[in-house]
Amino acid sequence: MSIELDSPRTAARTGRLAPRGLTSRQAIADRTFRAALVGATLLFVAIIVGLFVELVRGSWESIVAFGPAFLWSSEWNPVTNHFGALPFIFGTVVSSAIAIVVAGVVGIAAAVFLAEFAPPRIARPISFFIELLAAVPSVVFGLWGLFVLAPFLGSIVDPFLQRYFGFLPIFQGTIYGIGLLAAGLLLALMIVPTVAAIARDLIVAVPNELREASMSLGATRWETATRVVLPAARAGIVGACVLALGRALGETIAVTMVIGNRPAISGSLFAPAYTLSSVIANEFTEATSSIYLSALLELGLILFLISIVVNGAARVMMWSMLKAQGRRP
Amino acid sequence: MIAGARLAGSRRASGVAGVVLTGFCSALAAGLLIMLLGYVTVQGFGALNPAFITHLPHPVGIPDGGIANGIVGTIIIVGIAVLIAVPVGVLTGLYLAIYGRGIAAELVRFMAEVLSGVPSIAIGLFAYTVFVKPFAHFSAFSASFAFAVLMLPLMIRTSEEAIRGVPTAIREGALALGLPDYGGVLHVVLPAARPLIVTGVLLAIARVTGETAPLLFTAFGSQFWELNPANPMAVLALQIFTYAISPYDEWHRQAWGGALLLILAVLVLNIGARMALSGRTKKS
Repeated sequence: MSIELDSPRTAARTGRLAPRGLTSRQAIADRTFRAALVGATLLFVAIIVGLFVELVRGSWESIVAFGPAFLWSSEWNPVTNHFGALPFIFGTVVSSAIAIVVAGVVGIAAAVFLAEFAPPRIARPISFFIELLAAVPSVVFGLWGLFVLAPFLGSIVDPFLQRYFGFLPIFQGTIYGIGLLAAGLLLALMIVPTVAAIARDLIVAVPNELREASMSLGATRWETATRVVLPAARAGIVGACVLALGRALGETIAVTMVIGNRPAISGSLFAPAYTLSSVIANEFTEATSSIYLSALLELGLILFLISIVVNGAARVMMWSMLKAQGRRP
Repeated sequence: MIAGARLAGSRRASGVAGVVLTGFCSALAAGLLIMLLGYVTVQGFGALNPAFITHLPHPVGIPDGGIANGIVGTIIIVGIAVLIAVPVGVLTGLYLAIYGRGIAAELVRFMAEVLSGVPSIAIGLFAYTVFVKPFAHFSAFSASFAFAVLMLPLMIRTSEEAIRGVPTAIREGALALGLPDYGGVLHVVLPAARPLIVTGVLLAIARVTGETAPLLFTAFGSQFWELNPANPMAVLALQIFTYAISPYDEWHRQAWGGALLLILAVLVLNIGARMALSGRTKKS
């Protein structure tokens, strides 16, 4: 279906298809048209460069004042104007780690089921539904997390975990319901559609010859799915998980509503914590001094850089897989 | 023989267990999400009434408060964002589809991909430093700018794909009839690509309509009717957030009502986008 707009013979080099001998008015119009396209593209590039420059400029005061120690200092004190990002990096990393482990396992399993085992009658509605859910706004997830998930965890799941697995430090301490575990599980629910939908597409894209070869050697469908199809799609599925991880790292509103918002580092998953994005959401409009504002902007800069690294890595992984299969991304 | 039979049996068992387990994971994911939607529907339905949709917010304790200004504010802010993002996005997509060879174009594509993963709150901070801080004034326009930046990657990608999907022969035919370069694109290629571009616009609108994080320090929210984009403005998603974290039961109820409205809006946009797409594939 997707055909290159410029056939190589006519216009590969210049992109121009127009014949010679246009009137000067048409030539001017052509040039204007081309300038508009280039201008829009340059504007887009300027916006991205501006995004980075503005975040650096805004956080410069904090960068100069605290230096690299900002990254590993755990003090966050607006009264004495001492700021460090460690508790927020901790909260962001731990909540996202919980999310990607849970969502990765559940999402890939669901993708295998939908692509390899389920009859179309079942697979189609479930896939459609899971894809629609990727569109549910995060504030709605947050609302549900705050009033349904957190009380459920606090009254049933957390006490259960503490009773039977309380010897593990991660399940010790006071139970609030809200906290790292609630944030991680809510994030998992939010990114499951991303993992499941992309992984299913990648599994479907694995050439049928591989399945046929495997089954003709006597493998069962399950063995074919786990030992032949999944390994063939592995690079892309890892990319999908990294992409979902990127979404979890930057998620703001839903996490802010269930993580408890306390800048502390605790070994317990039941403890309230704080993430980079939620501290910006909560404190930005209340920041009284310019160094406070600047420190919050530096948290935003850290988040921006993390997201670029994570997403860049995910794209490269998925591109390399698609390229290996000889298709355009 | 016996050993072979036992092996086959265990392999069959592991196959069945695998199907059951992966099926359970699908059911778990879909089931939890159905529960979430069902809960929002039940809770939200109780809060919906004419006053809720037509009245301004009331202080706690005064009945019949609504979110009318938030609905209007959402439409205004998203509308301005569309006016910015669609021309820039479609023109950039055109550029990539027509002239998009070489390393510069690849770089632009990569930037668009990476931008689509930048957290919305970071983009909100950018809008704050550019449009709020210099004027020392929160404004709906700054929120529109943030939304436009959020929409751009999707707009660029879908426009490029839509235009690439138009067969070369159609464009060459236009040129053969004597249309200049821009004329062929404007009058022939763009109309052919329109259904897919419309799908992209609808999906981009759906993506930002529920977005809350960048609004906290751009649109900021308001208790009043506010139609001037230069001033702080109420937005539905922001109202849901504010009401949800408040300590009042009445406001919690309104938060559920708002959430139901928001979900309905987003689902309608998504289904509309899919219909625009399927109508096109049926025709071609």
